[in-house]
Amino acid sequence: MTLRRRHWLALALSPALPATATPEAMEAAVKAFVGSGSLRSGRITLDIAPLVENGNTVPVTVSVDSPMTAADHVRSIAIFNERNPQHEVAVFQLGPHNGRAVVSTRIRLATSQQLVALARLNDGSCWQTRVDVIVTLAACIES
Amino acid sequence: MAVRALLNLPKTARRGEIIEVRATIAHPMETGYRADSEARVLPRDIVRRVECRYGGELVFSAELHPAIAANPYLAFPLVATRSGAVSVTWSGDNGLQHTESANLEVNA
Repeated sequence: MTLRRRHWLALALSPALPATATPEAMEAAVKAFVGSGSLRSGRITLDIAPLVENGNTVPVTVSVDSPMTAADHVRSIAIFNERNPQHEVAVFQLGPHNGRAVVSTRIRLATSQQLVALARLNDGSCWQTRVDVIVTLAACIES
Repeated sequence: MAVRALLNLPKTARRGEIIEVRATIAHPMETGYRADSEARVLPRDIVRRVECRYGGELVFSAELHPAIAANPYLAFPLVATRSGAVSVTWSGDNGLQHTESANLEVNA
């Protein structure tokens, strides 16, 4: 009898929800994006509401302070998160034809967490910014 | 099912002007992490990649993940250099492949 109850308890306690990405996994993803280049803070801004009511659609805008000329431009912009099931959000590839380094989209957030936006320039340097977001209604929960 | 997608950009621009291209597609972006009422996990169905071409040249691309909201929306700038077609192609799971195209007229 006890054995059976233990069995059920184990089942009930086993993670029914999908495993979430951990802050460590996000750091690993950031490292993979940066590669051997240097990573510095600044030049990039991640525009997002600090208090999000609905995690299903959260408008974000990433902009990088760059002249976007052939000699000095942003090659790619990436957004990573800490606690969604997957740490990647999106990766954008840009170039001098864009004139400005600004991308807007709408994302999902499973819970309150930190977001990282990274920019890789054509000279190989990487720039980052981190933003903490509080989410009141989480995405990915309702069926 | 017919794909519904929108590509929004000005019809005309001055040479060298930076215009904004906005693209959205009607798509559920099913994450692959949700379960239905019978607790079966719904298979992932997302838009994986979005590419923008201007006069045939690739000028912007995006790699999307399940963390992008349903009906993915993207807005990005583009320098108007010459008259030509601006096209956006969405591709993804379950053989999704859709292109919307618009003409941009550039005046000197």
